Order: sequence, then C-alpha cells, then structure tokens
Amino acid sequence: MESLTLSDVEQKYYSDLFVYCDTDNTKKVVSSGRVLDLFRAAQLPSEVVLQITELCGATRLGHFGRSQFYIALKLIAIAQSGLPLRVESLNSVKDLPLPRFVVGKNEAEARHAALYQDTDGQGLYPTAVIPRPPGRGQQSKKGPPTSSTTLPVHEVIQPHGPASAEMQPEATSPVVSPHQSPPTSPLSWRKHKRQHSGGNIDRQQSVPSAAAAAAGAGAVWTQFREPQSVAVTGPVSGDGMWQSHSPPPPSQESWVSFTADTPPSSTIPAMHPSSVQESTTIRTVASAATTNEIQRQSSAYDDPWKITEEQRQYYINQFKSIQPDLTGFIPGSAAKEFFTKSKLPILELSHIWELSDFDKDGALTLDEFCAAFHLVVARKNGYDLPEKLPESLMPKLIDLDDSAEVPEPTADVGYSSSPVEVTPNKSPSMPSLNQAWPEMNQTNEQWETFSERSSSSQTLTQFDSNIAPADPDTAIVHPVPIRMTPSKIHMQEMELKRTGSDHNHPTSPLLAKPPELNEETKLTASMKFVAANAVGDGYSSSDSFTSDQEPITRQRSQSGNSPEALKVVAPPLRPPGLTPLTLAPLPPRPLPTQSSVPHTGHRGDTDSGGASLTTTSPQQIPQQPNFADFSQFQAFAASEQPSSLPETDKHAEPGPVDKTSEGAGPLRTVKSDGPAEERSVATVNSAKGVSGPIAPPPKPVRRRLKSEDELRPEEEQHGPQKANVIAAVLATQPSIPRSVGKDKKAIQASIRRNKETNTCWRDSTVNCNNSSRTCWRRGYPWRCSWSSSDPSPIFNLRGRGL
Amino acid sequence: MAVCIAVIAKENYPLYIRSVPTQNELKFHYTVHTSLDVVEEKISAVGKSIGDQRELYLGLLYPTEDYKVYGYVTNSKVKFVIVVDSSNTSLRDNEIRSMFRKLHNSFTDVMCNPFHNPGDPIQSKTFDGIVSGMMVQTA
Repeated sequence: MESLTLSDVEQKYYSDLFVYCDTDNTKKVVSSGRVLDLFRAAQLPSEVVLQITELCGATRLGHFGRSQFYIALKLIAIAQSGLPLRVESLNSVKDLPLPRFVVGKNEAEARHAALYQDTDGQGLYPTAVIPRPPGRGQQSKKGPPTSSTTLPVHEVIQPHGPASAEMQPEATSPVVSPHQSPPTSPLSWRKHKRQHSGGNIDRQQSVPSAAAAAAGAGAVWTQFREPQSVAVTGPVSGDGMWQSHSPPPPSQESWVSFTADTPPSSTIPAMHPSSVQESTTIRTVASAATTNEIQRQSSAYDDPWKITEEQRQYYINQFKSIQPDLTGFIPGSAAKEFFTKSKLPILELSHIWELSDFDKDGALTLDEFCAAFHLVVARKNGYDLPEKLPESLMPKLIDLDDSAEVPEPTADVGYSSSPVEVTPNKSPSMPSLNQAWPEMNQTNEQWETFSERSSSSQTLTQFDSNIAPADPDTAIVHPVPIRMTPSKIHMQEMELKRTGSDHNHPTSPLLAKPPELNEETKLTASMKFVAANAVGDGYSSSDSFTSDQEPITRQRSQSGNSPEALKVVAPPLRPPGLTPLTLAPLPPRPLPTQSSVPHTGHRGDTDSGGASLTTTSPQQIPQQPNFADFSQFQAFAASEQPSSLPETDKHAEPGPVDKTSEGAGPLRTVKSDGPAEERSVATVNSAKGVSGPIAPPPKPVRRRLKSEDELRPEEEQHGPQKANVIAAVLATQPSIPRSVGKDKKAIQASIRRNKETNTCWRDSTVNCNNSSRTCWRRGYPWRCSWSSSDPSPIFNLRGRGL
Repeated sequence: MAVCIAVIAKENYPLYIRSVPTQNELKFHYTVHTSLDVVEEKISAVGKSIGDQRELYLGLLYPTEDYKVYGYVTNSKVKFVIVVDSSNTSLRDNEIRSMFRKLHNSFTDVMCNPFHNPGDPIQSKTFDGIVSGMMVQTA
C-alpha cells in the first residue's frame, strides 16, 4: 500500500473511527463487520465499497488493519467527493473532506444530527446526518461535501453507550468520547445528549440553543470535531419545510427547524448535498448552546412527555396557522397534511393520530393537536411512541361550565393539566356565590335543613370546620357559596338573626364541595334541591349549593333546562372577586326554580315553574322566599351590605308568592350588584327561568350560612320536606333578632322588583330554553345566543332597581 | 372468544385477518374466503328491500364440525367475519353481536384516522388490541 499521508484532522478522525470499529479492542485490526457497516454508512454504492476494500488491501489481507482502514477511509472520502477511486489519489488529493458516514444509530444520534442541522443558519455543523431510527429510512447521503475546504460532516457514528466507550479509548484522539467527561463544554453536552436523548424536545428553545443542541447532538461528532473546525452543513434546508407553514420566530425556528430537520436532518444530507459547509467552530457555538442544551435536556427528563411552555406556544401558533379559532377543530385532512410534512412514516403518524385523537372524532382540538405535535416532535427526536397517550398529553377534561366561565384560568393551568386543575378554577368562582348566599340567611336555614337531610350534611359540617378559620366575609376564596354575608357585618348580623350558621355552614359544605364536585355535579346537586321539593336529595345537593352555580347547573342538567341551569351556574363561576352581593342573586333564583323544577321538570316552563313555585307546594314557596331573600341581601349587600342580608331573610317570610318574586328579584338585584358578569350570568339564569333551579341549590347553602344550630332544627324539619324546612327556617328567621328593619324593606322592594324581572325572564326563558337546551347539550350553555338577548332588558331593570 | 377474525373490504379482499396462531392459519383464511359467498348470498337476499334496511348482523353463516362462522356487513359493504370454535358452545348470539359491534366501532375509529387510506390493510395498534381481546387467549 502506498504510504498514506493524513492531515491532522484526518488522522484524528480516522483514529477515532478506527477505535470505533475496533470492537475487539485489538488496536490493530478492526472487525470487518463494523468496518463494513461503516462503509455502508458512507452511503456509497456497494461496488465502490468493494473497490475500496480491495484497494486498501483488506481483501488481500483478509482483515482491516489500521493502515488498511485508513486507506479505506480516505478512499471513501475520495469517493464521496466524487473523485475516481485510485490509489494514487490517496495522497494527491488535497483538502479532501473527511468521509461522511450516515449511520442510523440511535435515534438520539439522529436527533443530535438533526439538532445540528437544525439551527438554521447557525453555522454549519457537521452534519451528523444520522438516519432516524428504523423506519426513517436512510437518507440519501448527502452528496459529497461541496467545498473541499470545509470539513466534511462527519457523522461519526456514535453508538450510544457502549459504542461510545469505543470512542473513548483513544486518548490521543482529540475527540473525546462523549461519555467521558469531556473537558470541553461540547463534550459535556454531548454527554447530556446521550443521556437525555429525549431532551431534544426542548430544542425549540432559542436558536442558539438549538445550535448548541445541534452541537450537542453532535456530541459524538463534536468530539471529533473539536480539534477541527467543524464544517457544518448548511442550515437545514429542511427548515423551510416546516417553516413554510409556520413562520416562527427565531426561537421557534429552532423548533421548526428542529422538527423540520429531524426529518430533514435525515434528508438533509440529501437535501443539500452540496450544502455549503462552512467551517465553523462549532465548538464555540456548541459551548454556548451546550449549556442551554443541557438545561433543556434536563428539563425534559422529568417527564419526557411534558410540554414546555415554549413548546406549547409554538404548538398553539401552529394550530392557529391552520385553524385561527383556538377553540375550534382541525379537520383530519388538514391535520394529515400538516403532519405529513414532518416526514414521519405514515404508519407512525397514524399511530400518533390514534393516540392523540382522544375523542375519536376525526378532528383535533387544540389540546389534541398539541399532544399530536408533541408526539411528532418526540418521534423525530428519536423517542419511541408510547402505547398509550401519556398523562401529560391528555386533553384536559374541562368541565363545560368551567370552560366557559374560566377560560383564562384553565389556560393558566396549562395544557398538561388534568381535569383536577380545572376544578380549582371553579372554586374561586364559587366563593363569590357563597358570598351572595350569606345574605340569604333564611334560605340558609332552609338549606340547612336540606343539607341535614342529605347525606352530605356531614360534609357540611366538614366544611364548617374548614371554613371556620376562613373569614366568612371573604367573598373570594372558597367556592363555598354558603357565604351569604358579603361582609363581616353581614355575617354577624346573620348570625344574630339566624344563629349565625352562616358562613360556616354554607362555606363548609361549599368548600368541601367545590373541590369535590365539578360544576356539573354541583349543579346536579342544586338541581336536586330544586326538584327536591320533596326529595331530600336536594339537600344533599345543598352541599353543593354552596356553589350557587353548581346547584343551578345541576338543576339544569336535571331538568334539562340547560339554559337555566347555565345561568344559575354562571354566578358561581364568577370570579371569586365577586362580591357577595352577586352571590346573593343566585340564591333567590333557586327558590322559584325549585318549585318549578320539581314540578315542571323542565326549565322551559319557567312561567309555569314560577307559577308552580307559588302554587305548587307551599313548601317550596317558603323556600323561595329564602332565595329571594338572598338576592335581596345581595342586592342590598351591595348597597348596604350588612343589613341586606338579614333583610332578605326576613323577606322570606312574606307570602310565598312574594318570596318567589323576591327570590327572583333579589337574585336579580343581587346580580346587578355584583359584577357585571355575574349579573349577566345571574340574569341569564334567571332569564332562563332558572329561578326554579336556582332556588333549590341555594337553599342548602343558605342553611349553612345560618348557624348550624338553627340549621339543625330546621334541617330536621326539612327532613320530610324541603318546604317544611324552609318554613321552619323562615320561622326561625323572625326569631333572629335585630334587624334589619330597614334592610328588610329594602329587600322587599328589591324582591318585588326582582319578581317583575323574574316574570320577564320567565317569559324570555321559554324562548331561551329551547336554545339553551341545545346549547346545554352541546355543553356550551353560556354560549347560547339567547343568553345575551333576552336577559338584557331584564338586566337593565335589575340594574336600575338595584 | 373467536378463533379467527377477518375484515373484508368491499371488493372482497381482506383488510385485516388474524387467527389464533396455533392452528393452521391457512385453514382459516380459506374458511373466511368461502364464507364470503354466504355473505354475498345473504346480502343479495335482503337487497331487494330498500338498501339500508338490511340488518347488519348476518348471524351464523355456516357451521362446520369444528367451528362456526358468523358474519356482519356494514352499510359500506365491509364485511366482518368471526370464526369461533364449535366446542365453545357458551357463546351466545348476543355475545357475537357485541363482538361485531366492538369490531365495527374500532373499524370506524381506524377509518377516522386521516392517515389511513380506505382500502389499505389495517395497521392500527388499537384495532389490534381490540381484536386480541376478542381472540381466544392461547398460551
């Protein structure tokens, strides 16, 4: 063999490769198998490989000695450069780029490669075009490096783990095996890369990081490259692919490029075979990026499937590019087109789709899309697809009510949130309701009775304990609707009046409930109340009543008057900041609805419901007043907080009819007091004729508001019937001292006003019901248009009245 | 528990066929193939009425000494064939129906996948899982 003169770089590279191939660690002869693999990775035609083998003398010798190996490598480089294979050219060719090997080793490697390439414009990184894991196919080897001056992309096949060890041995080799703690920073990240092959997901971080990542990816390679200036293949042209559909900002670009690259990374060599390979000191870039990379990687390790904020933002932007409405769906065809760009095999994309289309509807919601995109990215990075969708990628099961009510909070929760997270959002809104309730002392009593009957009465007590420490006046916080009194004063008064069960009771159950129940359940509970006239079930729901909304919503669901229920629920959903007043309106509503619900069972007949309220069971009537009272209190609470609450309660005492109307009135009034949205919510509810449904729920809560003592006796009474209880409650109310004479009057006035509005609402509710029902079914009750239309006049009234 | 489950496309070529591996699979393939004739016969028989009134579940297509073959046709002329062991007498008609229903649902899910081209062999892991659940569990 002719003597072979190698440049330093080549020397190093070759020695590393030799080490790599030296599986037997003989340091003399490399295993043919490995060598052949390597040659195959060079992506030269087999005859060329044969020729090379022959030329280098291995055929003669029967094995690859070091010199043969070096010669072979050189010949490979020559062949890759497109020069004819000739022994003479071994030494004559100047500035021959290093041979390139495309090895489809670990996906991590591929990933690294991808990273490398993905920094668009970052610099040229040695293209470690490592074919992606099986299935990715071999990317056509990039054409021979363009400029001879640039270092070829070396794709040093760095087998993971074990293989790396082979790399290490050559202490002389400048390229320290990644596994060894490389003195250079690049090495460090390389290591990281190796370890956290999964960390690539965080690649999307800034481009530099991407570059670093790429550099890191090239951990293996970088090592080799360290001593050399690294020739980086031109930025991944693949970026364009993804970028075309997503013009991401630089940081995202890395993502894009990343994703684009991954497939392109493999294809990159093919893509730009002639990509300019500028020498770059990857290392420098890598160093900088290394840290980022490492950080990224490490963060990904916690949960390989967790989507970082950056990623999520990126996904969202991508989603927007296809479907501007974030709450809408991406149809299957569009999604297919989009994900096909990722160059993943169809089979894998199909599997990803199966995993991410959670509801199997052939379309992707935002969450599903993010999960799918995340899986695609992971796959490109070399992660194997899971058999089942990971927890963190599951679409949030947002409660319908919540989603409408608390879109923001849910957003905060993050996409990886579980349904549980959703609940808390609701909770805050609950407190507002509770606050309203406190005012409905009377109703509290009633509620209390209800709760007694319900099995959840215990919960109530539990709530109490929980809430006890809480400031009942705090409007916020707990969902516990029970909090009737918007303020301390109210609470005090209420206590005075009603034996102060108030907050504690309502809140406790409420507290307990919100977390336990989601809106829906709560609503059902409330619905029970409503419907319960006769049933003690309502009481159980009374617990849920704490969240005004809950019961109301439940009622809705139960009675099918979704619109109404929605309304009712709405208030609870209101932001915690809602003043107690706002809560108040709700309670009154339930009263009327209660009677209506049980009787009619359909919200649509708000009118009838209303009538039923008054006519149906007298028991309900008394309940209603309680509710009404609450609203009154609420309304007044806004105006005169302390007194209003008691007043409303007192109001309950007036005739049933009054109560009903009062209930409606106060609800409405209260609503107006409360934040506009609450009001609207309340009005919506009331408009719907929710009054009925609302009534029941508040009751239980109200009772809680009252002192437990009061409640207990009332509850007992209530046992048999709600009405009875309510009556009892009412009765107890008068016993409550003080008062709130003037408040009462005010409350009564508001009650009257509310009644009027209730009537209006009831009328409108009929219309709304139909639409609301539809909405409800779809789970978007609040989205019903009717909600906006009808209630408005009433709202105005209320506002004024209040 | 089925011994063999097959999904036949409208054009009467198999989209998916899976049998208990312990036995000669070719035998089952043949059985399924021959059962297609019976299916066609049943379809055409009902075809006289308004197209869609046809019952999807075809019932026992034909029994042999070793096993029974049940058929089910969707409205898009995709046929599901289940071969069960004759010795497994505990299988009631309802169970077979429920098996077909499950198959149909999974098949629909596969079709909903935009990456699946109708007419391609079914390669969905979910579908495989469902089918495995219905097959006789062999050691």
